[in-house]
Amino acid sequence: MARVRRRGRLVGAVLAAVLGVSLAGCSSTGGLRAEQERAAKSAGGKAAVNTPRWTFAMVTHSGDGDTFWDIVQNGAQQAAVKDNIKFVYGHDKEAQRQSQLVQSYIDQKVDGLIVSLAKPSAMKDVIAKAEKAGIPVITVNSGAEASKAFGALSHIGQDETVAGEAVGEELNKRGRKKALCVLHEQGNVGHEQRCDGAEKTFKGDLQKLYVEGTNMPDVQSSIESKLQADSSIDAVVTLGAPFAPTAVKAKEQAGSKAEIDTFDLNAQVATGLKDGSLGFAVDQQPYLQGYEAVDLLWLYKYNSDVLGGGKPVLTGPQVITKKDAAALQDYTKRGTR
Amino acid sequence: MSHTDAPPLGPAGPPAKSAGDERLLHRSLARRLMGRPELGSVVGAAAVFVFFSIVAEPFLRASSLSTVLYASSTIGIMAVPVALLMIGGEFDLSAGVMVVSSALISSMFSYQMTADTWVGVGVSLLVTLAIGAFNGLLLTRTKLPSFIITLGTFFMLTGLNLGFTKLIDGTVSTKSIADMEGFESARKVFASHLTIGSVDIQITILWWLVLVAVATWVLLRTRVGNWIFAVGGNADAARAVGVPVTKTKIGLYMGVAFAAWVSGQHLLFSYDAIQSGDGVGNEFLYIIAAAVGGCLMTGGFGSAIGAAVGAFIFGMASKGIVYAQWNPDWYKFFLGAMLLLATLLNAWVRKRAEEKA
Repeated sequence: MARVRRRGRLVGAVLAAVLGVSLAGCSSTGGLRAEQERAAKSAGGKAAVNTPRWTFAMVTHSGDGDTFWDIVQNGAQQAAVKDNIKFVYGHDKEAQRQSQLVQSYIDQKVDGLIVSLAKPSAMKDVIAKAEKAGIPVITVNSGAEASKAFGALSHIGQDETVAGEAVGEELNKRGRKKALCVLHEQGNVGHEQRCDGAEKTFKGDLQKLYVEGTNMPDVQSSIESKLQADSSIDAVVTLGAPFAPTAVKAKEQAGSKAEIDTFDLNAQVATGLKDGSLGFAVDQQPYLQGYEAVDLLWLYKYNSDVLGGGKPVLTGPQVITKKDAAALQDYTKRGTR
Repeated sequence: MSHTDAPPLGPAGPPAKSAGDERLLHRSLARRLMGRPELGSVVGAAAVFVFFSIVAEPFLRASSLSTVLYASSTIGIMAVPVALLMIGGEFDLSAGVMVVSSALISSMFSYQMTADTWVGVGVSLLVTLAIGAFNGLLLTRTKLPSFIITLGTFFMLTGLNLGFTKLIDGTVSTKSIADMEGFESARKVFASHLTIGSVDIQITILWWLVLVAVATWVLLRTRVGNWIFAVGGNADAARAVGVPVTKTKIGLYMGVAFAAWVSGQHLLFSYDAIQSGDGVGNEFLYIIAAAVGGCLMTGGFGSAIGAAVGAFIFGMASKGIVYAQWNPDWYKFFLGAMLLLATLLNAWVRKRAEEKA
């Protein structure tokens, strides 16, 4: 018991963040072991409620094999098991095909819809149709501005500009003068907002660099070239976790002294934070986005509850540094952080 | 399989003389044209080089050039066998994803079996070569266009990469194998860098040069080289004179697979963990490099050195834009325009050279 409590203190800060927002976690306070037990229990497929078995569908703008959305999906699935929900998932990075997917779930008369709004205008009509069909919709991740206007119950996600601003402030705190913002997908609105947000609060100079996100050697050599071209760059911010270790390699190759920081989290980033090769990570807690979306839909169906009063419910930004990294390593390894 | 091979192989014996004549003809033709694909692309490369030397101050530093060479080599390693395949008259749209498949196989096999990473690397070589052979076999057996066959493989591999990784590792990227036995030695072979003077040379550059040398030797000095030009020029005529068309094409696809294995191992040992969704779209970079380097899209003409120069042009253009510190909003446009200009210049020079000849 004592050991559990000590460990609980160690990871207290982190758990408080997880459990504080997580409705389901409200009753439980207990440390790493309890967390793992609960995960094991929900993964074991036991529902905690006896409400009817509703079907919720989630449709995102994720590309194939996207680490971030994989964690969102894990969160949604675990909440679904707990809430006795049949969870179905579809994704397409093309807005038009994403809206067709939503339409197909409306045709199947699902009991609830979770939709990401990366390109809001493309989703407007289909969300109106869902509303007409009496299917409650919760929007996640991107599209906070459009969510309410489209008639969604609530929005769960991170304001990208706010997250960017957090990065700018953290860079100031660390005394950085010239930062590089590495965008791995040209034309992604959220990416631009992150960099713009960072530019807004950052007192130094911030430059953008576009790289080919599906081609790691290209990412490395591009960052390398940029650091060689401008040796005064003292911070590199990548917008996705997989690119942070690559930026570290690029920095070493270029012989630069820049600090590497990143948005999002994964096992490699947690390790990098721990061993000091990375400065900090700004996490928007994708697990929460999936988990909360399912749980809030369940609450709405069960109890007509709506969280946030029509305002977006933010899941981030959470700034993670060396001191949090050790506790997060296990969670990143099992794919929930 | 063997009985379809038999007919072209059988008559290969008797008409050896005529085949010899034909081959001589092809070789001399190839010889006469040989200088030109390189000539065009070399002029293009020189133009791009001079351009960036002028507009981008850091471009000429030794460290920058080594970065450019690294970027070129990761494309160039694949562009060489892709060029050979194009000379042989075929495409491979699965080449980009195959690189990632190869990396995923070694990573997951080593991790799941807790085997020495070299075992995973070996298994990956066998499986990747099998994928290449599958492409070649399907192509020669069905006689469907390579565009369709390899597009099918492309989608299947993309799906398998994601499906298997998720199934085995639970997430969409592989677990790090950096702490496993054999990792360090494998990293030395596939992803190390040598310091010569003050310049860092990535080992992929050596792999690239060796592949170019081997491919050039095969094309110009061996019978197989003549077969490649022959099947790309006119497969039926080639078969009629006893060229083993089926074997040559399967071999070419396996060559692509071998290079995909090398690139895949580089990815793995360079970045520890592999994203299963990567690699999509890279096949076009390889084809572009080969085409810029003077390989005809219709087959029968081109060179490995040209493809290497094509990859070098691509590497210079993509990194030169960064060194020049241009507005990144226009990045893709600059890249496209640069490639188009290099290719046009290449074609123009070749035309001039042909007129003079």
